[in-house]
Amino acid sequence: MTEVLTPELRAVAEEITSRYPPGRERSAILPLLYLVQSVQGRVTREGLREVGEVLGIRTAEVEAVASFYTMLRLGPTGAHVVSVCTNLSCALRGANGVLEAALDAAEIADGEEVSADERITVHEEECLGACDAAPVVQVDFANHDRVTPERVREIVTSLRTGEVPEPSRGEAPQDFRHASRILAGLDSGEGA
Amino acid sequence: MAEPVTRVVTATWDDPEVFGFDGYRAAGGYEGLRAAVGMSAVEVIDLVKSSGLRGRGGAGFPTGVKWSFVPQDTGKPTYVVANFDESEPGTFNNREIVEREPHRFLEGVAIAAYAVQSHTAFVYCRGEFLWPGRILRDAIADAYANGVFGDSVLASGYQLDVVLHRGAGAYICGEETALLSSLEGFRGQPRLRPPFPAVEGLYASPTVINNVETLANIPSIMTKGAEWFAAIGTEKSPGTKLFSVSGKVERPGNYELPMGTPLRTLLEDHAGGVLDGKRLKAWTPGGSSTPMLTDEHLEVALDFESVAAAGSLLGTGAIIVMDETDCIVEATRRLVAFYAHESCGKCTPCREGTWWGSRVLARIEQGFGREEDLPLLDDLGRNILFKAFCALADGAVSPIQSSIKHFREEYERHIAERRCPFTGRGPGAASEPVPSEVVA
Repeated sequence: MTEVLTPELRAVAEEITSRYPPGRERSAILPLLYLVQSVQGRVTREGLREVGEVLGIRTAEVEAVASFYTMLRLGPTGAHVVSVCTNLSCALRGANGVLEAALDAAEIADGEEVSADERITVHEEECLGACDAAPVVQVDFANHDRVTPERVREIVTSLRTGEVPEPSRGEAPQDFRHASRILAGLDSGEGA
Repeated sequence: MAEPVTRVVTATWDDPEVFGFDGYRAAGGYEGLRAAVGMSAVEVIDLVKSSGLRGRGGAGFPTGVKWSFVPQDTGKPTYVVANFDESEPGTFNNREIVEREPHRFLEGVAIAAYAVQSHTAFVYCRGEFLWPGRILRDAIADAYANGVFGDSVLASGYQLDVVLHRGAGAYICGEETALLSSLEGFRGQPRLRPPFPAVEGLYASPTVINNVETLANIPSIMTKGAEWFAAIGTEKSPGTKLFSVSGKVERPGNYELPMGTPLRTLLEDHAGGVLDGKRLKAWTPGGSSTPMLTDEHLEVALDFESVAAAGSLLGTGAIIVMDETDCIVEATRRLVAFYAHESCGKCTPCREGTWWGSRVLARIEQGFGREEDLPLLDDLGRNILFKAFCALADGAVSPIQSSIKHFREEYERHIAERRCPFTGRGPGAASEPVPSEVVA
């Protein structure tokens, strides 16, 4: 049996639930789902079950919640997730060309989101709240401003060779798992 | 003569040091909170009431009045929830507030909590805001370490805990009742009101939900007074607005200007005018959910009343600018596709209507539109509007109805010519497509 949450991570899970008022542990479901996603790079069946175990609710209930949110990925997911905003403000500044270039550079087949080598997911994203810097791209949720088709090709190419490009603001997570760990609310996303 | 611009939320942004706790304190930060805890909670509410501050998240409800609705005799805990789930297309001022001066926002959270006598405040941070979330995590830790949050707020004896909670990618969670469902650990679906959150909100307890920009106004109201604030802007929409300008403009960005500033001033004097000197075609006053206006509305004053009188809504004050080369059908299609993607699926008119709307708009854009499509879209809009639990559905109708109202001819041309006149694409394509930079 696969165990997603090791004893150490179970302790982390307890810390996460303790952020919420007593009796309201269910509020911790999103950070707990981020925690299991940080272990496996996506939310698996086992991950859903173990979150349910921590919260004392059924797997189906956890899945109902997880499937509602786009940042919790239940399907195959690359080591890095490249999100390209194509909403209006970005589209007006050329985002559709950026999306095309990203899909092409990652060699992702039509209608798919993950590259054949499973290194990159390219995800067409809704407004990322940084429209002053349109077109906006996020790499594992770190922002890249005013991205051209040429620039997104460079970004994808460097990700494929194992290099994480410097974001426009803040620090880049190492990969999607690391980003998920930060989203679970763990300090700096390093060690438990 | 231009009035001197008074800045409230961005007043100290010229000093990059206000990003950190020490710099914020040095610039007078947390003095508003100190003043608040020296007063009674009712006095704080009355002060905010008399300032006339209205919510900046879109609805424009008076903040002090909202606080006064919170009952104090229920025997249940009271909660404050800061709505930092900023996701309305075109809106990006909350993010900049947090990235520039997180403590101004947190000070507003603490004052709001004291005003309604809440001892636990949640900050619901949009999941995709990974970096702003890390900023807040550190800022909250600094506020605890410096005795601002915790067992005794600024040594007043008032206890306050602030919990950072991250969303996971769902526009609907910006809607306050959906946000509460999400924070309770459920799918982010809206709830029927009443009961209103003030009475039965988070964990069925009295809850105040405020937008980040709203909260960032509070510290200055505490230190400079209600009269000072009320003198800025217009009588019914006091204060400033941090307008987010994007799309086809020379200088996209956030600009803090008094409420009631005409669009022309914002667009031409601050945002540098339409990109490449092109002509203004259409704009949203308050994000994608607010009806589009046109170049005939350049003089519209940007405050709640004037924008409503012009047939739209001030919303979040997010101005998305389209120029003469942008196809209105494609722009509308893209926005309606957004609502179809983000509809939570609870209400049939929204779930089905947004999906069908985006399909009909797509076929018009692709040159397969039918003559009956415009009456169909009109009918669709009337069957969605005000027929769902929350305003997401109404937001989808805004671009459809307003674009047809102002640009009916452009729709008719798509249908008659069986192609998009901007891209030239479609079965009725002319041999030489009209060259343009398009929203493809």
